[in-house]
Amino acid sequence: METRKEVVEFPLAKLAPSRYHNTISQYIIKRSASCNECGLCARLCPQGVHSSGNVYSGALKPYMDRCTGFECAANEYYCIDRCPQKALSIQLNPLLETLGDYRWTAEMLLGHWVMAETGDLPVTKLEYSTGKSNGGFDRIRFKTPRQNDYLHIPDKEIDTSVKLNRRNDGRLPLSINIPVYGGGMSFGSTALPVLIGRARAAKKLGTLTCTGEGGYHDKILPYAGNVITQVATGLFGVREETIRRAPMVEFKYAQGAKPGLGGHLLGDKVTAEVAAIRQTVIGNALFSPFPFHSVYSVEDHKKQVDWVKQVNIEGLISVKVSTPVDCDMVAVGIYHAGAHVIHFDGSYGGTGAAPDIAKKNIAMPIEYAIPRVHRFLVSEGIRDQITLIASGGIRSAMDVAKAIALGADGVVIGTAELVAVECVRCGHCESGRGCPRGIATTDSELGQVISEEWAERRIVNMYLAWRKQWCELLRQYRMRSIKELVGRSDLLVHLDYLEEQERNNYLSYGG
Amino acid sequence: MPEKYHININETPARFPLVSKYAIVETREKCTGSCRKCVRKNCAFGVFKLNSHNMQKAKERQYLYGCEGCFRCVQECPGGVFSRVKNPDWDNLGGGYWTPDIIHQTWKQAENGRVPVSGAGYRGKFAACGFDSIWTDMSEIVRPTRDGIHGREYINTSVDINRRPHHLSFSQDGKLDRSYTTVVEIPIPLLFEVPKFGIINRRVLNAMVSAASELETLMFLRPEEYSDDLEPLASSIVPRLKASNQVQFNNLIKKCRIVEIDYCENILQIIIAAKTINPDVLISVGIELDGKAVERAIETSELDEVDLLHFYADANGNGLGSNQPRFLSSLIQEMHSALVERGLRFRTNLVFSGGIALAEHLAKAIIYGADALAISTPLLLALECHMCYRCLSGESCPVSMEEIPENWGRQRILNLAGAWRDQLIEVMGAMGIREARRLRGDIGRSMCFENLEKECFGPIFGKSVAKGSV
Repeated sequence: METRKEVVEFPLAKLAPSRYHNTISQYIIKRSASCNECGLCARLCPQGVHSSGNVYSGALKPYMDRCTGFECAANEYYCIDRCPQKALSIQLNPLLETLGDYRWTAEMLLGHWVMAETGDLPVTKLEYSTGKSNGGFDRIRFKTPRQNDYLHIPDKEIDTSVKLNRRNDGRLPLSINIPVYGGGMSFGSTALPVLIGRARAAKKLGTLTCTGEGGYHDKILPYAGNVITQVATGLFGVREETIRRAPMVEFKYAQGAKPGLGGHLLGDKVTAEVAAIRQTVIGNALFSPFPFHSVYSVEDHKKQVDWVKQVNIEGLISVKVSTPVDCDMVAVGIYHAGAHVIHFDGSYGGTGAAPDIAKKNIAMPIEYAIPRVHRFLVSEGIRDQITLIASGGIRSAMDVAKAIALGADGVVIGTAELVAVECVRCGHCESGRGCPRGIATTDSELGQVISEEWAERRIVNMYLAWRKQWCELLRQYRMRSIKELVGRSDLLVHLDYLEEQERNNYLSYGG
Repeated sequence: MPEKYHININETPARFPLVSKYAIVETREKCTGSCRKCVRKNCAFGVFKLNSHNMQKAKERQYLYGCEGCFRCVQECPGGVFSRVKNPDWDNLGGGYWTPDIIHQTWKQAENGRVPVSGAGYRGKFAACGFDSIWTDMSEIVRPTRDGIHGREYINTSVDINRRPHHLSFSQDGKLDRSYTTVVEIPIPLLFEVPKFGIINRRVLNAMVSAASELETLMFLRPEEYSDDLEPLASSIVPRLKASNQVQFNNLIKKCRIVEIDYCENILQIIIAAKTINPDVLISVGIELDGKAVERAIETSELDEVDLLHFYADANGNGLGSNQPRFLSSLIQEMHSALVERGLRFRTNLVFSGGIALAEHLAKAIIYGADALAISTPLLLALECHMCYRCLSGESCPVSMEEIPENWGRQRILNLAGAWRDQLIEVMGAMGIREARRLRGDIGRSMCFENLEKECFGPIFGKSVAKGSV
């Protein structure tokens, strides 16, 4: 028998239901007063919409998020038709009209909430893989695979790991089990239980997460092996010991949502604890300048990398930049300065707060930057010595796969992890007391409404569901490892580049 | 060093409730009224404050539209009393080019004068046509003098209105040969003009002109719209004269720093006539952006007396006189390049009107080759206009535009201009540009949809067949 390399054990999904009494569902099922509690619907529905638990004592509120909707009418167990009292009715939830936007559609949010809850893909029909922004990832599809190519192997035999150190320079041979790690979110912008939940999830899954610019909270120490220390322009909370304990140190030059602009943490969010970690004054607004005032050239950048390499003799170096028109040349400069990971953050990425004009108008979307940089690194002959990481507007498992096929080795995820802990993307991260849903806030009350364990479970669950999508995709193309997918842009089509007839084949195809 | 230019922002609330996109609704009959877990108390934004305690005093609309959309009450109420719906009035705002989002954003900026800021990522379409197919570039690290928008460094948004001397020359005794008596520089690349609809009475006009004056910029208006009570502000006014009526307004020409003359066959004679009345007056030539615009621009910019060319597109930024009009951005680019090609670009300044609806349009139009832009519809929006166009058929204005207090209107326009300038500075900062003059025509600071598709996606997907792309 062939001896395989070690098989990565992934954690099992644990149910993590919504924190809220009323889940937002695609359909609304109403039970009228004529219900005589016969219990037929509960026995009929295979999804358990009308499940009443073990103590059936009358009709409970239906679990509407499990309902497969109007399509179910074809089934003989369709509760609406079968109800002897005609007491049940179904309608589309009008709330969905007010949820989501072109990039994160309502269905995409609902789909991710289901994944975060169950660790599995939704059984109801939801388009959770692509949005409606009419360009970029939302117009790119994987080519219909050939049936003969299908590889009949179980998920556990499929490798989704990414090697981060490809320089063979004696530093940590770091590798992550899924092609995704967590983006920088600072303590100050994000609630501590969420940050710790993310770190715990990263540890469980064998990947990384990042401190962001807010310094290193002591409560994150137990997960230090999975936490990237970010060195950003404000240098908040950056100390030798925080650099030293990190497996990877990330220089953040720019952020996709506000490229070329500095960050701004409002005074209200600078609580005593935040100020202590950031070594600043309570209640004073904090600005991160742009750019690093010690770095005005690629030579300066190299000196900065050398400094960190001296302090942390084992760790890897990642450099996070935005996507200007000359991103390909930036990448080469970063490589020659000695980085292991180049991280491009495209302009449609998330943020705690940024001017709307910056989010829409500055720098290019990541879909353009990936193939541009990938091709240039290949032509320079250095592609296999550096890990190319993409981020900024990557929302779903299929976005990740498309980014990899365009040429990235892996991606960084921020917003989707927050959606997993029930962010609705209302966009009020900074206003008033901060996030009303307890995610992006340091408010003494709101910042405590999420439990670390719940956040961990939700994030782990979402990534487990994503892994199922990746494994299925790889099997379709007869691949055993996600590494084989890197740069395989020949497997992609763009709907705007197809003749109408061919395009129609893909419009119904979700993947 | 001259004093830093500053626009005085002052929170100026709207007189009527804003029309929001969504509203929170509650089915009160579902409420048991006795569960003691009422979510109204928990609203992080205090939306229910007024209502939960005193229904009689409830300001229903504020309550409806104050919702910030966190869905907590919807999800937490044990009775499921709350829901959120789309406001049916929303889709009726504006229309076509002037989307409800643009209108709402303009109202907000006129109210608080702040740069619109929000959390989470961009929410819109990937790209669209016109200005939405352009991204400005940014520069990663190699820019030694930049200190971001929060820095100590001054980002200058001034532009010239008068033509610049090609070079200076001196007489034997060391004095300037030609004296440029009038130098007109405006501190923001933004000029005003009178909107083509709306209730334009004295109050509205005074609010607009006095805002222009405070901003040290200029407002174009027809001489018929001028009245003597505007006289103290005459230096901020540019009367738009026609060949036929120029003689009637000799007095006005004397008072103003600049006059505009609509393009006509014998434009030179009219210019000379105006210069005879007021030798110091600067000359702008108004040209419609139709098929002959380039030809006329070349003709007039060759004249020594012309300082400014002012091009008019329609309100949606489309060129005139064509069934399939081109959009402002490409018209600006064409005009700029045509003048550059003939070595004429440095002789005049180009101002474009029509279709400038957002601060980002300013930056992009300048990158494509404009020196400054003129706006009219945003001025009305600052005064709370709903763009319902009822005024065009003589019906009443839903926001009683005819009764606005002048100072209120002036401050709203100042707020809008302040917010726009700050946004322009944000974008310029990201590009590493410190001078609006330097940004003009710097196409390298932009990326356009078609090129990016061709360069990045072309080698992978081939040729795009989608409508409207290359």
